[in-house]
Amino acid sequence: MGRTLAEKVWEKHVVRRAEGEPDVLYIDLHLIHEVTSPQAFDGLRLSGRTVRRPDLTIATEDHNVPTVLGPIADLVSRTQVETLRKNTAEFGIRLHPMGDAGQGVVHIIGPQFGLTQPGMTVVCGDSHTSTHGAFGALAFGIGTSEVEHVLATQTLPAYRPKTMAIEVAGELPVGVTAKDLILAIIAQIGTGGGQGYIVEYRGEAVRKLSMEGRMTVCNMSIEAGARAGMIAPDETTFEYLRGRPHAPTGTAWDEAVEYWKSLRTDDDAEFDKVVHIDASTLTPFVTWGTNPGQGAPIGSAVPSPEDFADPVQRSAAERALEYMGLAAGTPLRDVEVDTVFVGSCTNGRIEDLRAAADILRGRTVVTRTLIVPGSMQVKKAAEEEGLHEVFKAAGAEWREAGCSMCLGMNPDTLKPGERSASTSNRNFEGRQGKGGRTHLVSPQVAAATAVTGRLTAPADL
Amino acid sequence: MDAFTTHTGRAVPLRRSNVDTDQIIPAVWLKQVSRTGFENGLFSAWREDPAFVLNDPVYEGASILVSGPDFGTGSSREHAVWALQQYGFRVVISARFGDIFRNNSTKMGLLPVVLPADVVERIQAAVEADPAAEVTVDLVERQVRLGDLVAEFEIDDYTRWRLMEGLDDIGLTLRHADDIAEYENGRQRWLPTTV
Repeated sequence: MGRTLAEKVWEKHVVRRAEGEPDVLYIDLHLIHEVTSPQAFDGLRLSGRTVRRPDLTIATEDHNVPTVLGPIADLVSRTQVETLRKNTAEFGIRLHPMGDAGQGVVHIIGPQFGLTQPGMTVVCGDSHTSTHGAFGALAFGIGTSEVEHVLATQTLPAYRPKTMAIEVAGELPVGVTAKDLILAIIAQIGTGGGQGYIVEYRGEAVRKLSMEGRMTVCNMSIEAGARAGMIAPDETTFEYLRGRPHAPTGTAWDEAVEYWKSLRTDDDAEFDKVVHIDASTLTPFVTWGTNPGQGAPIGSAVPSPEDFADPVQRSAAERALEYMGLAAGTPLRDVEVDTVFVGSCTNGRIEDLRAAADILRGRTVVTRTLIVPGSMQVKKAAEEEGLHEVFKAAGAEWREAGCSMCLGMNPDTLKPGERSASTSNRNFEGRQGKGGRTHLVSPQVAAATAVTGRLTAPADL
Repeated sequence: MDAFTTHTGRAVPLRRSNVDTDQIIPAVWLKQVSRTGFENGLFSAWREDPAFVLNDPVYEGASILVSGPDFGTGSSREHAVWALQQYGFRVVISARFGDIFRNNSTKMGLLPVVLPADVVERIQAAVEADPAAEVTVDLVERQVRLGDLVAEFEIDDYTRWRLMEGLDDIGLTLRHADDIAEYENGRQRWLPTTV
């Protein structure tokens, strides 16, 4: 019987397999940032161990960094960043610190350097590591103890998850983006729907996505509870990689592409579960609640708890409506926001910024609007295209690269009661700041929302 | 890591579902570089409400958290496990856990116990009726016992063995360092390095 993409990549990385034990997987790329690494490096020192493969490790500063020029004001944040600098220097690991042209959000810099390639295993102490699965890599988030394990051994013990196919049939209608697709998928299967699975996104609509669109989709796999999300590599993938700094060249490139073409699910392979989505029925999608699964088409209304048959979901909806300060039945297009955030590892790449600029060009924003490029390279590219002038002319703030308002660890936060439309990936209670209310949206909806001050699709303008 | 064989203690019923790790330990706590001092961050936003269950004095000193389903979803922050342990919990019982959280728990010796939702509900109700009730979580027998309730839970043999022995994953892996070196010699030549 044939094998799925996930199985092929998994099997290729088994260093050791023993009955009754987890497989020991080799890790091809270990991404590091300042938040989940300090205690891991401490652990190495305490046990007298060192980093086995600094040449397969790369670090950046992203979660704590302010997105305006200048030093980190918060002492605790500053200490954490300085700790990463000391640790990477001590153990000989490449670091892109604040101010460096290569600095940026960890899941944006890996692909931008061509370090993320098909068939690789990629890990990071961050749940959105699933992003790299867009290349047909097996990529997942790990905790600090596992970060220490990878540093010390370049391996990770893991049990192979089950496989799930998400077959996306049809074509995404005009105006419906990768972000809307993944939000709709999570609403359909739920925040626990992918738990225990590696998800493979398949179908024509997925094939038609650009690499950045595929990264957006894979990024939010974790929000559906999945261990990892993958998309098989194809010509789109190879073209994206060709010429990038760490992509192979010459005969090595030819060999690599030959191998990468084999990284697809065999026609006679079987998945443990199959979910079907009809792309042609989708519209711009937004969240109304406090988990990424509590979302709905922008043309619909805030649901009523009574709409949920399951008592757990009903009570969760009640709680969510109270926290979010929303009344059931309110059309989502009537929900007013005071803040718009375009950025994050989900939607902080050049295509996302172009999409936002296309909508803001010649218009003015009425909300506080932060546009945060996902990396300094993305920032430079955006400025070469003059996008920053479009944002500033519209009254939006053009920032330095970092995780910014995604998660309330740096100065970009919501105050209690403030409400945002964000292109990030989580709308949990307090995620963007204590008492902050988050609506997850695509860059296009974010930009249109900034113009009107309420949740808006571009077609509404 | 402390070995875990059997633990008996009092329990706290957390009647919430989708308890994401941002609630368990808000991001502002993640700035710390130390491994200790997270107990004050545990559910810190929810604890501001005097009615929150952890603020109820009858549950003080409880070491077993009994939660609604989908516990530990969201961010991979292992700090969530540290906060629970440093607050005093040794076990979390739920019908379903976020994968990364469950993994992190077993690295640190916080035992995640999966029981069917209706059994979790029975335990919650029993504890609400009698907060002083003693709950035993027996990893050896793979059982949770409370009064005449006996519930079996599943856990893979390897994790159970590792927790019962209090063994460190890294040491176990390094016993097979030769296998790692052999694998490295066979990797495809075009794979990238970061240098």
